[in-house]
Formats: sequence, C-alpha cells, structure tokens
Amino acid sequence: MTYMKKTLAASIAVAAASSMAISTAHAEISDGEVRIGYLADMSGTYRDLAGPGGQTAMEMAVADFGGSVNGSPIVIFSADDRNSADVGANTVREWIDQRNVDMVGGLVASSVSIAVTKVLQENNGLGIVSGSAASSITNEHCTPNHIHWVYDTYPLANGTAKSVVEQGGDSWFLLTADYAFGHALEADVTSVVEANGGEIVGGVRHPFPTSDFSSYILQAQGSGAKIVGLANAGADTVNAITTASQFGLTQSGQQLAGLLIFLNDVHALGLEATQGLLLTTGWYWDMDEESRAWSERYFEETGRMPTMVQAGIYSSTMHYLKAVEAAGTDDPETVRAKMAEEPINDFFARNGSIREDGRMIYDMYLAQVKTPEESTGEWDLYEILSTIPAAEAYRPLSESQCSLVQN
Amino acid sequence: MTMIFGVPMAVFMGQLTLGLVNGAFYALLSLGLAVIFGLLKIVNFAHGAQYMLGAFAALLGFRYLGINYWLALILVPLVVGGCGMLMERFLLRRIAHLDHLYGLLLTFGLALIFEGTLINLFGVSGARYETPAILQGGLNLGFMFLPTYRAWVLVAALAMCLFTWFMIERTRLGAYLRAGTENSQLMQAFGVNVPLLITLTYGFGVGLAAFAGVLAAPLYPVSPTMGSSLLIVVFAVVVIGGMGSILGAILTGLGMGIIEGLTKVYYPEASNTVIFLVMILVLMLRPAGLFGKEA
Repeated sequence: MTYMKKTLAASIAVAAASSMAISTAHAEISDGEVRIGYLADMSGTYRDLAGPGGQTAMEMAVADFGGSVNGSPIVIFSADDRNSADVGANTVREWIDQRNVDMVGGLVASSVSIAVTKVLQENNGLGIVSGSAASSITNEHCTPNHIHWVYDTYPLANGTAKSVVEQGGDSWFLLTADYAFGHALEADVTSVVEANGGEIVGGVRHPFPTSDFSSYILQAQGSGAKIVGLANAGADTVNAITTASQFGLTQSGQQLAGLLIFLNDVHALGLEATQGLLLTTGWYWDMDEESRAWSERYFEETGRMPTMVQAGIYSSTMHYLKAVEAAGTDDPETVRAKMAEEPINDFFARNGSIREDGRMIYDMYLAQVKTPEESTGEWDLYEILSTIPAAEAYRPLSESQCSLVQN
Repeated sequence: MTMIFGVPMAVFMGQLTLGLVNGAFYALLSLGLAVIFGLLKIVNFAHGAQYMLGAFAALLGFRYLGINYWLALILVPLVVGGCGMLMERFLLRRIAHLDHLYGLLLTFGLALIFEGTLINLFGVSGARYETPAILQGGLNLGFMFLPTYRAWVLVAALAMCLFTWFMIERTRLGAYLRAGTENSQLMQAFGVNVPLLITLTYGFGVGLAAFAGVLAAPLYPVSPTMGSSLLIVVFAVVVIGGMGSILGAILTGLGMGIIEGLTKVYYPEASNTVIFLVMILVLMLRPAGLFGKEA
C-alpha cells in the first residue's frame, strides 16, 4: 500500500515536472500547438480554384516545414464556408473561441473574407487571404489582423484592361457579378479604362451565380462595344465564355476580356473556346524551373496542376511558419510584424513584401491563352507575355483609404 | 428604330426568344415534377440531380463508350429513368405510407449524395460537351443571331411536353394514371396494377429530367452543381402552375422563362428573384396555383 502510494506520488511528480518542462520550452506557442484553420469553398463554384487542392497545398507546406515549429506540432483544421459570409464568420468565431486557432488561411469568396477578417480583428486573430479578389480587402476593409497574399482586382484591371485598351480596345461593356468582388473589379476596371483614354459604354450586373448568360451576351452584342469585359469569376466566367462562343460574339468583331481567369477555368473551357484570351495572373505553374518542380510534386498529390491560389496558399503558409519559428511565438501581432520584416522570394512570389495595409505585393504577369496548335499538353495553357513589377502592379499607398496607412 | 418600354424592338424580340428557350427548359423539368407529384404525391427533390445525371451520362457515354448525341437523347433517359424506377421500388415505396415530408427528405438526401459523389470525382469546373455538328452555327432571325442549337432545344422540349400531355390526357394509359391519382384503391379493385403504374410514372418523370439534362449538356458546362440552382426555380414554377397540373406546368414554365428573360433586360439584379415574387403573388391570390384545382 505504502509502496503504491509512493509510486503514485513519484509518478505524479514526474508527470508534473515533465509537463512543466514542456510548458517552459513552448511558453510562447499557445496550447503547445500551432493551429491553422483552412477555410474555403470546398463544394461550390470556387471549389476548383482553391478548395481541397488548397488544403493539400497547405498540408504540403506543413510537411515540408517538418510538421512542427520549435518542437510544437502544427495542426490544420478545415471547413467549407459554402460561399456564405455568415457560415465563414461563425466557423472562424468557433475556431477562435473553442479551438484557439492561431491563423486562418485559404479564404476565397471576397464577401466571406471581409466578414472573417472583421471577426479576426475583434478577437485579435490572424488571417491570410489567398483566394479573394476584392482590392478593398486591404483598402477600406483593411485590419491589422490580416494579410492579402495572392492577386487582387487592382492588378487584374491594371494588367489586362490597360493592355487591352493600349491595343485599341477602347470601348467596353462590363458583365459584373453582383457582389463585393464584382463591384470592386468593376470599379478598378472602369478607372483603368478611363485613365487610359477608353470608355465604358454599358454593363450588366448579373446575380451570383448565374447559369444562363444568353440574355446578357445579347445585350453586350447590342451595345456596340469593342470589348466585353467579364468582371466575374469561376463558373460564371466559364458560362459566360461558353455562351459568348455559341452566340458568335467574337465572330461579329467583338473581343472578350476575362478579368479574372484561373487555370482550372481555361482547362475546363478548352483552348478552342479560350485561345488568345489575355489575362493577368499572379503565378503560372510552368513559368520557370522552380515553379515546375513544385507543381509536379503537387500534381502527384492531386492529379491536377495548381492554380495561383493553391500555390499562394503553400507560399503564405511557409512564410507564416518561418515567422512563427523566428519569433518563437504564435502571437498574431508579433508574427504579423515578423512576416512583414522578411522579404518574400520563393517559387511563387518574386520581389515580394508585405506593406502596412496588409497587401503582399509581388511581381504579376500578363499572359495569353495558347492556341490548340501551340499547346503541347493537357495543362500547357498559358504563355507569359510580360512581367508587371510589384511596385506598379498594386494600388499605390498614396491612393489608399486604409486606416493603417498614414497619408 | 421602334422602341418598346425604352428598349429597341430588336433587343426586346431577342430577349423574348431567349426567354422562350429557357421557358421550354423550365416547362420540361416542371412537367416531370408535376407528373411525379400528381400520382405519387412525392415532392421529388432529386429532380435537379437527375437532370444533372442525364447531362453527365451523355458526357461520360460519349467519352468512354462513344455514344453520340442522338443516341444519348434516347438511351440516357431510359437508363436514368430505369435507375429512378429502382429508387422508387426499393426506397420511396418503403416510405409511401408516411407523411410527404419523408419523401421530400429522402429525395433531397439522395440528391446531395449524387451531387457530392460527382463533385469529389470530377470537381465543379465542369466539362464541355460538343454540340452535334448538324446543330452548330446559328440562324439570323433579322433581330438577332440565334444559335441553331437553342432553336433545336426549343423545338425538342416543346415536342416532348406535347407528347407527355397527349399521353396523359388522351390515351388509355393516361386515363389509368389519372384515375390512379384520384382513387388508387378503387383502381386496384378494378384489377389495375397500381404499384407498377407508380413505378413507371416515377421512372417516366425521372426520364424527362434526364432528357432535359442531355439537351442542356451542349449549352452549359456539364458540372455536378448544374441541377441544384435550377431545381428551386423549377419548384417555384410548379407551385405557380398548380401542383400536379400538367398543362399548368407547361404554360407556366414558358411564361416564367419569358418573365425572367425580360427582367434580365430591365433590372438584371432581380432576375434570380422575379420568379419567386410571382410565386408569392400567386400564392396570395390563388393558393392552389394558376391552373390548380381548389382543394
């Protein structure tokens, strides 16, 4: 009996001592784990541009990092936001309240990201937006608690719209998705087109999502505009391009300008329907040796080539984990500051840096969709025409309405 | 140029034509729903998924078995309709004696399973289904360029609607069907195999959805989610027309297509909601629907 008591006491003491040892070693990593939440559209319109593939990219980053930071394991939670701002915000609130999630990544539909970053701000969390397009996320909706990693509507407009106008496409008809992202893109395109001497002659705001675009295409044909700009994304863009080709839009002398086109869209539409399309992208899997190497690893995992968003999720997760390691803590404020200190140069981002408004600026690319004859394989889809330097691609801080920027 | 409500005549006519094409789709889909509800009293929430399965069957049949469009138009409704019959025989029949709500839940659950499985297998970006060569190109109607395929969809969908209406309203089989709807016990007493009739009817309704799916395949990217967005609209059409009314479903389908088409010109932001506004109005003024019998 005494023997048993002694052993019990001894083992409790040992247990207490070892747990104390653990807690001192990881004093700065909350709960002894780095907890990352992956929130994205896993089943709807935007599934293929981020979705489960984005989660795979995040898991690859964690595995490549070694699975732990300074001995604390890295854990990933994931959830489907179903493109609903409410679902997204509630999920993140629960993650923070009940699971002490340290960072939320993914974040696709702009409306979801804006709602989620508000929750992160209220709870002093950290978010890295990779899939959203709205430039307002680091403009009027900026918070000290998030970073916007991949593209946004400003370079999309600045890259595609500017080069189209320069090539003589000076009258535009805009098909706009009727929500935060579409409005942001519409505003950015309008200002770029007008600044370059072009004119917006008409437009339609269509509900999100829309499957039948025939009516809108007919209106675009009737407008007499040279360029029909698609200020929408995902399945909406795919539907609009399909319908435009059925109605002979390009044969009748008008040209389509896809403002936000992802690799999976072009892959789904096929080169016959998309050839020659100009687009701005933040990354392309086949743009250089480093990108190809990573993409081939990704392909082995998923059977598809990655979109710029999926690659960006890997890149941002890696940069986050390095910052946690360097700072020795997962405290959001410290980590965000650490992330901003370090320049970003990896397979995804060139000349990358994080500005005070939370925008990660890096080189963007103007690309053109190849013709079926030029393409040598299922995923050989783009040709990179030119680089838009980081400093020119994004909205200058001097025009920023973000409260974190002192103008 | 002549203007109608501030819109050039040509644009107006063009939108009217497109509305009619979409309306024919709605008619075809709501017809299947109305037939199923009429006899089985099942609110078939799997209808959108069955439409999507039709499009997928056409796509995969072409890809792996080399089945061309015309053959698919006949085979796919038979195959998908056959699956529907199995569904009725082994699942729906077991809950036929329960409240309608259970049928609704069961079909909704099945729809989610079909959709989810295909999303996992194929993603959501969708795939292209080539328009058959003979239907490529377009017709110049003077006021618009109408792709030949859309004209064909209008003709094919309307022909199928008329055929269904004729079968149900003008043939002996249809008479059994209608009688079975009124009083199935009495029908059984007369020696009519009512359970078989029910299975066939469900299969036929599902076949109609699959037929619409094949028609849609060259129009829209074939994707697992293509049915779910359409389903709600089609339900609204059935409610407006009057649950279970065959002619009501056809006429309302066409009418709603046109109303939606015109909304896309005058106030596109509301084009997804206008049908529901009409539904609310109809429910307030004529709760049984425009063509429904007062209960």
